Amino acid sequence: MATAMTDQHKVDLREPRSWRRAKSRIATVLMAVAFVIVIVPLGFVLYTVIAKGASIISGQFLTSPIPFNVAPANVGGMGPAVLGTILITALATVLAVPIGILAAIYINEYGGNRFLTRLIRFMADVMTGVPSIIMGLFIFAIWVIHFGYSGLAGALALGCLMLPIVIRSSEEMLRLVPDALREASYALGASKARVTMTVVLPAALSGIVSGSLLAVARAAGETAPVLFTIFTVTAANPNVFSGPNTTLAAQIFANASQPYVGAQARGWGSALTLVAIAFILMIAARLVTGRAQSVR
Amino acid sequence: MTSHLARADSAGTAGSARALTQQRPLGDRVFQALALAAGLLVLAILVLILVSTAQQSTSWFSKEGITGIFSVTWDPAHNKFGTLTFLYGTAITALIAVILAVPVSVAVALLLTEVVPYRWARPIVYIVDLLAVVPSVVWGLWGFLVFGPWAQRVIYAPVASGLKGVPVLGNLFGPGSNGAVSGTSLFTAGLILAFMITPIVTSLSREVIATVPAIDREGAYALGATRWEMIRGVVFPHSQGGIVGAVLLGLGRAMGETIAAALVIGSSTQITSHLLTPGYSMPAVIANQFGEAFGVFRSALLGIGVLLFVLTIIVNVLARGVVARSMARQRGA
Repeated sequence: MATAMTDQHKVDLREPRSWRRAKSRIATVLMAVAFVIVIVPLGFVLYTVIAKGASIISGQFLTSPIPFNVAPANVGGMGPAVLGTILITALATVLAVPIGILAAIYINEYGGNRFLTRLIRFMADVMTGVPSIIMGLFIFAIWVIHFGYSGLAGALALGCLMLPIVIRSSEEMLRLVPDALREASYALGASKARVTMTVVLPAALSGIVSGSLLAVARAAGETAPVLFTIFTVTAANPNVFSGPNTTLAAQIFANASQPYVGAQARGWGSALTLVAIAFILMIAARLVTGRAQSVR
Repeated sequence: MTSHLARADSAGTAGSARALTQQRPLGDRVFQALALAAGLLVLAILVLILVSTAQQSTSWFSKEGITGIFSVTWDPAHNKFGTLTFLYGTAITALIAVILAVPVSVAVALLLTEVVPYRWARPIVYIVDLLAVVPSVVWGLWGFLVFGPWAQRVIYAPVASGLKGVPVLGNLFGPGSNGAVSGTSLFTAGLILAFMITPIVTSLSREVIATVPAIDREGAYALGATRWEMIRGVVFPHSQGGIVGAVLLGLGRAMGETIAAALVIGSSTQITSHLLTPGYSMPAVIANQFGEAFGVFRSALLGIGVLLFVLTIIVNVLARGVVARSMARQRGA
């Protein structure tokens, strides 16, 4: 053993300054360059949104009614869109998160390794890849045609979008709960439902909340699902259950192609608001988990 | 994992007599039924999406027939609803996005798993994930008002005039039939889609690469391989399948991405090889024209949605299947 170690000291296995080592160095540099390529557009977008949005955003902007498109930037704001975004996203959360958690409980606690369980898990995965515009068309076809445009229809579409995300992240968190916890409470005579509700869920709670917050962040910024379900209007509508509504994302889409400087400025202000909402939700999600397990 | 617990629940021999009755309590069974219903909802939604949108698009299918559906002419004013232009635009923009995003994503994934120490990896992951936090409509707004005009002036115009007349490259990046290039074009759409799919491709590639057994890595290093040789000899062969899955998943995302594409693709129903000129994609035409569509027109747009849904489902099922299989093989090896 000792001789082998001294031998190793004498024989230098590396070839200094060889082409092989240079190639490896080049590959490493290219990987770092790839990361820079990712940062550049991100920085460019965030800088633009902040630079153009910060000058218009104020308490008045967030609460005032939406003016005509020709109005200059200092008139009115995006109050109805802020209200609509909050109400519709909240309603979507109330619809999707409990169902998503229940489905995750079925997959992880009741399903076992049955075909149906694997099918549901697989299809939840596939559903995360269904384009968000399809959710909008779907709710249009089964809801809007019969009951008309409303914030509720938008919330249903966003809920369909959030559901698979909540299921997959919750399921991953439930799987991390150690079996010893379950077995301990079974040993005390608790029923399965009781074990799940009072032991397993609390143990996985922070992860589930974090995953749900990320789903909310995703839904709040979505445009395509609400486009055909809320019929973007400029008037405030505090009643999410009936009548056309509006959201920040929908207003940005409407304002982007307007030739008027004021309308575009309000678009940038809305974009900054939306990005800020998404960032706050994401940071909240990271804080909740603390030592966050990164959730896709 | 839970099946043996379920057995323990009903067939245990210790504990209070009341808890050991054969029949599980009512509340427990109701809860299980609720959970099952929530799980089945996923399957129900997927089936309902297909049935309800297909039902709404029947008048288009019956009017145009198979050949009409895949024809070139999209002219709502004259009741002509062929989708070939949109299929082409979707395929081209998604392809551009994948070609641009995949090398970068895999390189960043390798950087995270093979190069940087663990405590640096986390902030890098956060930064890459930020690309996914920026909403689609904000990418679109930026691409339409800032990036498009800038790229047209600074990059597209000189590139197009330089490559004019050059075979192949001139056909791809030269000026269009009207002699001009546009900031809102197939290429701009592809590029912005590439930014948007980078996080998902990176995170999946990273997951796949992380399953490469450490012992294989160490073996390669022990034989004197450099880092790059280790990556080529060990990491790539091991994670090939999974990375293909990640690429397919990115492709699916790029195909369905709507609002950013709708704003920057230029909304022109032409099939052209010139990437720096406007085109149109399936989700973009739905988003842009649904508001003023009625009758067969609306039915046609819903029909495009059905096509898009079927295409993305196929791509996603393939992708998830490939990823799951390669992961299972890794665990088995």
